[in-house]
Amino acid sequence: MELSIFGYQFMQNAILSAFLGGITCATIGVFVVLMHMPFIGVCMSHAAFAGALLGLWLGFNPLIGAFALSLLSAAIIGPLADRGELSPETSLGVIFSFMLGIAFLFMGLMPGTKSGALELLWGSILTNTRSDIIFLGIVTIVVVGLVFVFYKEIQATIFHRDMARSVGIPATVILYGVLFLTGATITASLRSIGGLLIFSLILNPAAAAYQLTYSMKRMFLLSAGFGVLSGWTGLLFSYLFNIPSGATIVVTSSVVFMITAIFSPKRKVKGWQQKLLVEGRQ
Amino acid sequence: MSDIVINIENAVVSYREDVALRGVSLKVKSGGFVGIVGPNGAGKTTLLTIVNGMGKLLSGRVWVLGDYLTSGNGHSLRKKVGYVAQVQNIDPRMPMNVREVVMIGRYGLLGLLRRPGKHDWEVVDEMLALVGMSHLAQRPIGHLSGGEQQRVAIARCLAQEPELFLLDEPTASLDWKAQIDILELVKLIHDSRRLTTLFVTHDLSSLPMACDRVVLMREGLIWGEGSPEKLLTDNNLSQLYDMPVSAVKARRQEAILV
Repeated sequence: MELSIFGYQFMQNAILSAFLGGITCATIGVFVVLMHMPFIGVCMSHAAFAGALLGLWLGFNPLIGAFALSLLSAAIIGPLADRGELSPETSLGVIFSFMLGIAFLFMGLMPGTKSGALELLWGSILTNTRSDIIFLGIVTIVVVGLVFVFYKEIQATIFHRDMARSVGIPATVILYGVLFLTGATITASLRSIGGLLIFSLILNPAAAAYQLTYSMKRMFLLSAGFGVLSGWTGLLFSYLFNIPSGATIVVTSSVVFMITAIFSPKRKVKGWQQKLLVEGRQ
Repeated sequence: MSDIVINIENAVVSYREDVALRGVSLKVKSGGFVGIVGPNGAGKTTLLTIVNGMGKLLSGRVWVLGDYLTSGNGHSLRKKVGYVAQVQNIDPRMPMNVREVVMIGRYGLLGLLRRPGKHDWEVVDEMLALVGMSHLAQRPIGHLSGGEQQRVAIARCLAQEPELFLLDEPTASLDWKAQIDILELVKLIHDSRRLTTLFVTHDLSSLPMACDRVVLMREGLIWGEGSPEKLLTDNNLSQLYDMPVSAVKARRQEAILV
């Protein structure tokens, strides 16, 4: 295998981006999986994509547009998720389709070549610059640092928001903090993975970790590990077979999930319940 | 007023177009055990939520543990008020064990940025022993039965070292044996700690015998209050639940038989 490619700056940047993006996306993924809000993440990632396209079209920094629109969608979605008064799926479906609609509208309105827009759609980790990595690094430090500092409040909020509130934890602030960090993570990883694919890198590693452990701390660590593993393995396959990197990373993370789901010790829960049922009948 | 710990004055609470409380006034003494009884939709849970600062008042005043409830002091109040809700729907794969869930009760007391120490874990273990759950301390929380989960909820509430103990239909959807176990546990806790207790139920057979006072609620109003012996008559219950006296008698007879 020819490995001299890893000596090039662009490849080193890609490896570092996959490492940082893998950790950050997978950490956010733990919230998304345990707080049962995968559709919220999908909405926010498409909103970020639409915002980035708006930036490209109007000539300002696409990442500012991405961050602004993902936060706007969080501001709409957050109260729905927090109150739990109505089934949020319908509203989320409307917001999701609206975001996707305006994204393609902006793309259509954009004059000239669409290559920049397509890069945001599919991601191009190999073109990441030092400044992209610095931004991603800052977001990684903030996300991981806040999880470390506020772990107990986060744990209680994930377990049960109303119960967390009832013991005096500011669960609503934690929820909005999580949505804010989700927006920041999506924005920072948008160039590497792409607006259509980023959510898979958020969801899959955490969903894989969820299959393997009953410890939340271990779930955070496993999820980050799977995120980095997916990023690096995907990057390697992308290089070896000359296929798109963002898509390969996401497919790899899906394969990791499938393997963990098949070998999940939690599947034995059903066996455990079955045993109790049989004992109860006797 | 010195031994009063809860004083609700003409409280009105509304959820959008529904008025849940229509001018409720209630005083509770320190160490009291008050049963709050009434049909579904009577405003019982809302009454508890204004005591622990989770509910928002449209008008009226609520004085709890020395302070009037305002929009800004709910957090600090809740740290002193233990709240046990109905059996919750917990994800069976939730990555938390029983001991960690009970520790959540101490998080409010600890405050931001402080980690649980040795003393906190000792309190958690003590409360698990009190509710008879020490042997399941390391079990994933989602693997417990409804009755066991309620015991954990009570242990979590006590780990908070609360000054008030609020229970909102804690025996709803539990089987007969689990209901009796929970009622006995609540009585034991009240008797041993003299913890001011408010116990909400729509089911008279789930009303703890330890109640020294009963509040009957209907349609957002307090319909009657007094000692259980005086208040829980067939005639009163017939009017409260809108049922013929004969049906109430039959229902109570069933409750005695089981």
